[in-house]
Amino acid sequence: MQQEVVLAMLAKEPSHGYQLRGRLRQALGPLGDAMNDGQVYVTLTRLEKAGLVESQPAAGLPDRPDRKVYVLTAAGHQRVAGWLSEVSWPRPDLTEFHLKLIAAAAAGLADPLSIVDAQRRELLRRLRDAQRAAMGEPDDSAAGLLLEGIVLRLQADLRWLEACERKWTPRRNRS
Amino acid sequence: MNDAGASVLRARGLRKEYGRGENLVRAVDDVDLDVASGETVAVTGPSGCGKSTLLHLLGGLDRPSGGQLWLAGQRLDQMGERGLARMRRDCVGFVFQAFHLMDELTAVENVELPALLAGRSPRAARRRATALLERVGLGDRARFLPSALSGGQRQRVALARALVSEPAVILADEPTGNLDSQSTLDVLRLFEKLHAAGQTLVIVTHDSRIAATADRLISMRDGAFVDETRLTGGTSGSLGALAGLTGPGEREG
Repeated sequence: MQQEVVLAMLAKEPSHGYQLRGRLRQALGPLGDAMNDGQVYVTLTRLEKAGLVESQPAAGLPDRPDRKVYVLTAAGHQRVAGWLSEVSWPRPDLTEFHLKLIAAAAAGLADPLSIVDAQRRELLRRLRDAQRAAMGEPDDSAAGLLLEGIVLRLQADLRWLEACERKWTPRRNRS
Repeated sequence: MNDAGASVLRARGLRKEYGRGENLVRAVDDVDLDVASGETVAVTGPSGCGKSTLLHLLGGLDRPSGGQLWLAGQRLDQMGERGLARMRRDCVGFVFQAFHLMDELTAVENVELPALLAGRSPRAARRRATALLERVGLGDRARFLPSALSGGQRQRVALARALVSEPAVILADEPTGNLDSQSTLDVLRLFEKLHAAGQTLVIVTHDSRIAATADRLISMRDGAFVDETRLTGGTSGSLGALAGLTGPGEREG
């Protein structure tokens, strides 16, 4: 489980580990089934060691990880803010981006649409570069084929961003 | 020139509304736009965001509900029907998704038609049309009917026709919407060529490949501009990373 995802899910409010797990389950649906329950606690422990979260034992209960309430530290907040504004490609992790939008919206840290816009700007710049290179190749060029693959992959990502945009656009001005 | 300065197109507070009361739809909602001479601007957005309506307003095909609009230095929003028709003929070249060629006319006859309607002599019109077909790479197809041409070739004929009046701006609405990958690339190359020759272009599209060829990209949602990106400059040296040849800084998974 990626550390930033857990951190961002925690940005909404101090939470128990099982609450975080529930939020991830909800965000991932059937894809979350593959998630090991222990992963969240392993990640939380690492984050605590790194000083990005703090835990408070719940009053009157034994000191076990599943009883603790976890809170972001200032350093944790900073890490989340950095992660939200970072644009990831060419290793696009769809799940990471998806969770980024959900976490940003839940914690009110950033407008998901502005994250989508930033990602689109980056992908379009890359598409422009790849396409210029493709247009410079003769029709029978072998390199042109590789460039076409890159162009198609970027197009697919951009189409998915359109779907993200539709999903996160608040309904207004329209029936 | 005049108060529109060097902008080929200028809009201020441009609006187009349909319906009223509860059913009021703001198809174009308070848009400000400046398109400089020689610039390629792409407008993208989900279907229904108002981008085609905007293009129709910019080309004088439709009248705004409010706001101000200049094309080639002329105030369009206050112009009479006859003036608008003249502006469309002399200053705008339209390119549509469905080509809109006349089926019973050959390629060269389609291209020369607007020049003939504008009162050019048949010889001058034919000369210009022939030169433009050469320019779009279809010199050897001048006598073909549209039905004998591929989709990409038809769109290139439509582009030649749009250029025949030496318009101040080409307005294109989903120009690659009906084309396959190779034909799209041919049309993109042509747009690049026009851009290099200083032609001003405004392209409405949701084809990201076209959008990526623009100098400037405007995203529309619900009739309004929500994001604007300058694509020039860009990410030099990233192509190797895209092909997986150079690592962009490995991260732990």
